[in-house]
Amino acid sequence: MKRSNAPVFWGLFGAGGMLSALFGPMLVFITGIAVPLGLLLPRDLMSYPRMLAFAQHWAGKGFVFAVIALFTWHAAHRIFHSLHDVGIRGGTLAKLLCYGGALVVTLLALWSLLAIGF
Amino acid sequence: MSGRRPYMRPMNGWWRRDPFFVRYMIREATALIVAAYAIVLLAGVLCLSQGEGAWNGWLAAMRSPVSIVLHVLMLVAMIYHTYSWFEIMPKTMPAMFVGGKRVAAATITMSGLAAAVVAAVALFVVVWMLRP
Amino acid sequence: MAEAGKTIEIEVLRYRPEQDAAPVAQSYQVPFTDDMSVLQGLQYIKDHLDGTLSFRWSCRMAICGSCGMMIDGKPKLSCKTFLREFYPGGVRVEALAHFPIERDLVAGVDDFIVKLESIKPYLIPREPRRLDEGEYLQTPHELEQYEQFSSCINCMLCYAACPQYGLDSKFTGPGVLALLHRYNADSRDGGRDERMELVNAEEGVWSCTAVGYCSEVCPKAVDPANAVNQNKVNSAKDYFLRFLRPGTKP
Repeated sequence: MKRSNAPVFWGLFGAGGMLSALFGPMLVFITGIAVPLGLLLPRDLMSYPRMLAFAQHWAGKGFVFAVIALFTWHAAHRIFHSLHDVGIRGGTLAKLLCYGGALVVTLLALWSLLAIGF
Repeated sequence: MSGRRPYMRPMNGWWRRDPFFVRYMIREATALIVAAYAIVLLAGVLCLSQGEGAWNGWLAAMRSPVSIVLHVLMLVAMIYHTYSWFEIMPKTMPAMFVGGKRVAAATITMSGLAAAVVAAVALFVVVWMLRP
Repeated sequence: MAEAGKTIEIEVLRYRPEQDAAPVAQSYQVPFTDDMSVLQGLQYIKDHLDGTLSFRWSCRMAICGSCGMMIDGKPKLSCKTFLREFYPGGVRVEALAHFPIERDLVAGVDDFIVKLESIKPYLIPREPRRLDEGEYLQTPHELEQYEQFSSCINCMLCYAACPQYGLDSKFTGPGVLALLHRYNADSRDGGRDERMELVNAEEGVWSCTAVGYCSEVCPKAVDPANAVNQNKVNSAKDYFLRFLRPGTKP
């Protein structure tokens, strides 16, 4: 029987799932509700100079990259299997769209974070 | 000839046949929201790399009523992801023993949810302390 | 305790390959007492109403695993499910889901039998053991590692519950993988490496998406979902660490 390569994608799925389970809700609240509305946190917390400085720091880059990349790989793995659940099978195209999409997002995030500089 | 003619029943709509499966599909569907949020952040990072004008455009979009409403819905979905993640977590772990007694699945789930609350509070506190 | 006149409707999905193009529902009115199992209801039908009704049963005490079927859409043992749960509305029974129907409530289980045999369901000693070495000794803690998974009665309710098996019967499935784990987790067994090839395959643990319904329906609390998903970790370890271990299959 052929060995499956699923462990790679499952590992990324697990890491992304845990990261999003622990930090997803508060990240959505802070970036999408609190700061835009000035609710509990000031509106200028995400101003350009502050966010640029955050993203230029190696820790800020690392955090943002981890969140974007791992959330995406988690979603890609789950969506691929959900497509199978609703009858969209025949693997290769679905795999390309899901995992290929995750790769594109990862590379775009990496490129932007590097373009931002140090 | 044996006269056997086995009949295979179709799987169409299988997940609508039982509430257990519906909850499973909802759990799996939270992945769409996790992906959506990652793309929102990606858009932000792309804008950030394009300079102040682009970044302020992203901020303005985040302040729009549509965005606020979508983020409230995403928040609900994220919370359900957190809950369903720790609900299934005990199934992925080998039997754990503390003081000779088997650790119950509910204990593992509760611990995970507690960790999620701690993580959320910690993140908020860190961000709040870094406010201008 | 006879309660004169009470009856309950049992609707059965009939299928007679020699005369039916497809399964068709047939209803029976069965005299009801509150201590009757669904199996007893079926036995009444066969004995008094319709001798052509076919169904499997044996022990009638939830240990042989023969009488599994879909009762109001849920996989259950008919000897362990009681008509009073469905009184007075009635109950619908059909053959175990995700298996082909051979006749009436009899499902074709050939695939399950083949899979059971494929996982080497027996102790494989680490090294040959002489009689004078005596029996294997095992602590209660060592027993606890696998005892739960040894409770499987091969009733296949978990296969009827598992949508992944229903969507693709190449999946080894919950019950068989639980049995595989039962042997791997037994301190007397040394056959783990031999069983890994199946575990690591797509048809092994990797078809499972942790729905968890298998463990919900198991009448013996085997928790096959746990057996399968624990082995995802083992399989991942095997995948990533294989280059460090000499002689491991690529």
